[in-house]
Amino acid sequence: MREEMPSTQGYGASTDTEAVETWELRLYVAGQSPKSLAAFANLKRFCEEHLPGHYEIEVIDLLENPQLAEGDQIIAIPTLVRKLPEPMKKIIGDLSNTERTLVGLNLRPRG
Amino acid sequence: MTDPGSTLVPLPKSPTGISGLDEITGGGLPRGRPTLVCGGPGCGKTLLAAEFLVHGATEFDEPGVFMSFEEPVADLVANVAALGFDVDRLVAEGRIYIDHVRVERNEIEEAGEYDLEGLFVRLSHAIGKVGARRVVLDTIETLFAGLSDTGILRSELKRLFHWLKDQGVTAVVTGERGDVGTLTRHGLEEYVSDCVIVLDHRVDTQVSTRRLRVVKYRGSSHGTNEYPFLIDDRGFAVLPITSVGLDHEVSEERISTGIPGLDAMMGEKGFYRASSILISGTAGTGKTTTCAHFVDAACRRGERTLFFAFEEAPSQIIRNIRSVGLDLAPHVDSGLLGFHAARPTLHGLEMHLATILRAVDDARPVAVVIDPITALLGDGVSDEVRAMVTRLIDGLKSRGVTTMFTTLGRMGSPSQEWTDVAISSLIDTWILLRDQELNGERNRLLYILKSRGMSHSNQLREFLLTDQGVELVPAYPGPEGALTGSSRIQQEAKSRQAEAEREHRLERLRCEVEGKRTVAEARIQALQAEIAAQEAELAAVLEADSARQRIGLEAEQKVARGLRGDDAPTTTPNGRR
Repeated sequence: MREEMPSTQGYGASTDTEAVETWELRLYVAGQSPKSLAAFANLKRFCEEHLPGHYEIEVIDLLENPQLAEGDQIIAIPTLVRKLPEPMKKIIGDLSNTERTLVGLNLRPRG
Repeated sequence: MTDPGSTLVPLPKSPTGISGLDEITGGGLPRGRPTLVCGGPGCGKTLLAAEFLVHGATEFDEPGVFMSFEEPVADLVANVAALGFDVDRLVAEGRIYIDHVRVERNEIEEAGEYDLEGLFVRLSHAIGKVGARRVVLDTIETLFAGLSDTGILRSELKRLFHWLKDQGVTAVVTGERGDVGTLTRHGLEEYVSDCVIVLDHRVDTQVSTRRLRVVKYRGSSHGTNEYPFLIDDRGFAVLPITSVGLDHEVSEERISTGIPGLDAMMGEKGFYRASSILISGTAGTGKTTTCAHFVDAACRRGERTLFFAFEEAPSQIIRNIRSVGLDLAPHVDSGLLGFHAARPTLHGLEMHLATILRAVDDARPVAVVIDPITALLGDGVSDEVRAMVTRLIDGLKSRGVTTMFTTLGRMGSPSQEWTDVAISSLIDTWILLRDQELNGERNRLLYILKSRGMSHSNQLREFLLTDQGVELVPAYPGPEGALTGSSRIQQEAKSRQAEAEREHRLERLRCEVEGKRTVAEARIQALQAEIAAQEAELAAVLEADSARQRIGLEAEQKVARGLRGDDAPTTTPNGRR
């Protein structure tokens, strides 16, 4: 039962939309690569659509802070980490796959 | 990919510091290139990689990075610590950097294009942190389980190995053995083609044997055999056959067997030092006792000895040997005699071999007993076992150790004969202990089947276990072979009886002669007395005769005087005429 309409976000308990006040998102990139830029743009768009006003995006460039890669077990670039709400979620890739990104962030229930 | 191996410059190598492996590879792994180490689970890949890193940091001044995809850092440190390496200290000193890369498929959602730049960043950061010259990736194939896009993975791995080469680090990459046709499950050998080492872990009759083989070493010659290796409390050790040869020095010195009778059979001198001696015999023929004598004699000379027991506990051996009047306990107390007891099934043969050689290296004994070596061999002797025993004997000889092996024979077992035959060509002195059944009893016989380089008795000796140890008694040759035990005693009694009878007859004869002589002498005396008597009579008669003559003369003179008137007239017989 795949639903493309944004209305599916109203499934209440099955998504994390209402879980906390502010979502903490961390996007790991390595320099200004096209994939990194695409990922940031996509993420920004999803947040504006689904979490307007209560999200924070922290972009970490591993070329500048390589020591931070170990902490969140980063191997792939780009990687999006949802720090809050719990549990932690990890999505890798440039987020060009909207469906998987939203499912991964639990903004949309797993179809 | 360039291959400088074809030039005349020898390929630079990074020594692993693992005993044996550097000999096989001619100096170590290719410097500045990745090496693939693959094998099934539990075959020692991680350990080999870890040792490569630790030795590099401690012995060759090459710091290293260990990137673990499987074990958390603490587990890894604990595992390596169990082998005597203090990795925590190396980490604290900045000589080793450990990073645990955890990839959980169920925690990761893939949404779009990505690459593994994060891994590169981490590795690069780690390398920079300790100035690493060596890198271990264990086991990078785990990524295939964590990430679904194998296309991306493959291209990224290819990039990773190129990148490692560019960094100039010597890398060890481990991989799980593939099912059929491939060395690794995901075909890592495609990317790592400079040096490939395969580890194997086989179980044969419930005893496991580890083996190592260098499948490929681009630009370098290498041993291509399968080499057994072991992992013990001191780490990884490969046992290359080639490292032991026939070039050990020989000794002219002789050492006592500890049994005077046996020394006597070998020209009163005993064994050559650093030779190998085989004592073979069926159960209960006194093999261990013979060994105990040998050990006891060495300890009495103040020499160190090691006794490897594979069938009896040391305390049991000491107790049993005490029953023949030998006390080994003081030698154990003084430290001259070391016991190593293990069940043969505890390890594979390689492990036993390495344990023996390591113990010998630690204790530096002059004499070693292995009782019995057959316990290690199992049924029959394969080429592999023979190679193993060859290495053991060579290893001991090259260390100048006189070694006494025992082999246990089973009555009438052809495979046992075969065992003896297979081993015996490696043996310098072969002493056989045999049972002989005769007249309802079993007796022990000993003979020297061969003893290289010395003259030795060809005679059978009866082997007696007395309260004062082993005694060798010449066996009586009888019509049905040598006589032993009560037959010998009977024979001895018979001989003694005959001897006594002869003595007796001689004595009687002697008496007879003596008697005769006495009689004869008596007779001689009697005759002499008779002669003496007659002589006396004769003398008396002669005396009387002469007296009468004198008287007669005087009378005539008187008569003559009377006729002439000088005197009163006398009558004479003449006058009466």
